Amino acid sequence: MPQDFFGRIVYILNRNGMSYINGAINTMIIAVVGTFIGCLIGFAVGIVQTIPLEKKDKLFKKIILRIVWFVLGAYVEVFRGTPMMAQAMFIYFGSSVVFHINMSMWFAAFFIVSINTGAYMAETVRGGILSIDPGQTEGAKAIGMTHVQTMLYVILPQALRNIMPQIGNNLIINIKDTCVLSTIGIVELFYATNGVAGALYTYFEAFTVAMVVYFALTFACSRLLRFWEKKMDGSDNYDLATTDTLAHTSGLYSYTGNRDKEEA
Amino acid sequence: MNQEQVIKISHLSKTFGKNVVLKDIDFSVSTGDVTCIIGASGSGKSTLLRCLNLLETPTTGEILYHDRDIANLHKEAAAYRAKVGMVFQSFNLFNNMTVLGNCMVGQIKVLKKKKEEARASALAFLEKVGMAPYINAKPRQLSGGQKQRVAIARALAMEPELLLFDEPTSALDPQMVGEVLDVMKQLAKEGLTMIIVTHEMAFARDVASHVVFMADGIIEEEGDPAQIFSNPQNYKTKEFLSRFMRG
Ligand SMILES: Nc1ncnc2c1ncn2[C@@H]1O[C@H](COP(=O)(O)OP(=O)(O)OP(=O)(O)O)[C@@H](O)[C@H]1O
Ligand SMILES: [Mg+2]
Repeated sequence: MPQDFFGRIVYILNRNGMSYINGAINTMIIAVVGTFIGCLIGFAVGIVQTIPLEKKDKLFKKIILRIVWFVLGAYVEVFRGTPMMAQAMFIYFGSSVVFHINMSMWFAAFFIVSINTGAYMAETVRGGILSIDPGQTEGAKAIGMTHVQTMLYVILPQALRNIMPQIGNNLIINIKDTCVLSTIGIVELFYATNGVAGALYTYFEAFTVAMVVYFALTFACSRLLRFWEKKMDGSDNYDLATTDTLAHTSGLYSYTGNRDKEEA
Repeated sequence: MNQEQVIKISHLSKTFGKNVVLKDIDFSVSTGDVTCIIGASGSGKSTLLRCLNLLETPTTGEILYHDRDIANLHKEAAAYRAKVGMVFQSFNLFNNMTVLGNCMVGQIKVLKKKKEEARASALAFLEKVGMAPYINAKPRQLSGGQKQRVAIARALAMEPELLLFDEPTSALDPQMVGEVLDVMKQLAKEGLTMIIVTHEMAFARDVASHVVFMADGIIEEEGDPAQIFSNPQNYKTKEFLSRFMRG
């Protein structure tokens, strides 16, 4: 084995490149799938938590809704308030000992990351929905939309846009935090690196490579999401559509404050 | 006259906690009426309009819509609101949609119209308020007067039987007030039934067929605009108008 730092790194890459790649792939699969399902859970919980209760509502609906809210609130608090590593051990080993369910390791991994992300996203989504100007809801109601239609076409698209940065944040946290799943035996990037380091006793070099890979993954994801946000915003300009094409060809105007008399 | 009564309110009251905002309100509106509601700030004008649109639930009293009490509608409130439009002081255009989208979404989702049909009618109403060139703009790219004209087009696109306006020009710079009032004058001329809360006294005098003056949750005086503005009977009306005329 080479004696200098860079030599060792090149040596590790040549010898164990594939383990890193496989580890990174597993990390990304768990992080992306977990974040995605977590977002779905978060949206479902956040939407249910913001269902308006009115005085006129039936007693039955009120009771059911309050019970559901209590259960969801407990879910959010418990999963936000305990470490994911402990949850992983508790769920993966606990399920087989207590309930005699043999979860596959992978199912457990997706389950744990999703349910965790869901708990965080639920709060984010709830906040995102509540932060939308009530005028938007009134505007929708005033043209006869029901609560479901209002949510679907007016509130959620705006809430989703507002919480995009949080979704990105969660993805990045998940890319890093999947390393706790090595405790239940998932061969993700951290586990793979540990193997490489132990086999050759090159902890510093092996983890240097791991750090670079982790950073590359998170950085790429954050840029990609930033790009996606920009796309969601649409262009800052709009085409002035002219009904009379002879009068002026439609050009690209950009907004510059008060320009309301311009079409005259 | 073959005017049909659209809305008849009787003994309507609204309290928020201990605060009595509307006290025993009675009034009615028939097709083609342009009713202007005037009165000091805090007199309950907005609350009255919001009760009419069921954005607030009246505490007591009834609101008859074609002789049917709708004050306590629950499930059908949305269907009722589709027929009674509302234009807000703060526009409330959907920020996630373009001008065209704002005027189409209600037609498609609520009235279940086909997309092409909704588009054609949205374009016609945008044309009417002079906003047709801006169909691709987002609300944040428009001036206040433009936003309010789009909001009016959005409400018209639902082809409401009755249109409520809550101080549609109060959030606008003076030079934009005119463009919105012109649109509303045009609608009045075409016979649209409207209830307008406004501080624009000259507009109310010119356009209204009926004027309602409110003070402290009570209708103090109502009548035709000539009478209210030139010969008010109630001393509160006199005081309010004289304060207004002096500026
Ligand atoms: N949601 C609410 N909760 C409690 N009080 C309210 C609520 N909405 C209105 N009020 C009270 O009701 C009274 C009447 O308000 P309203 O908005 O109807 O007046 P207004 O005549 O429209 O005034 P303005 O000309 O300023 O718009 C006010 O004293 C207000 O504080
Ligand atoms: Mg008001």
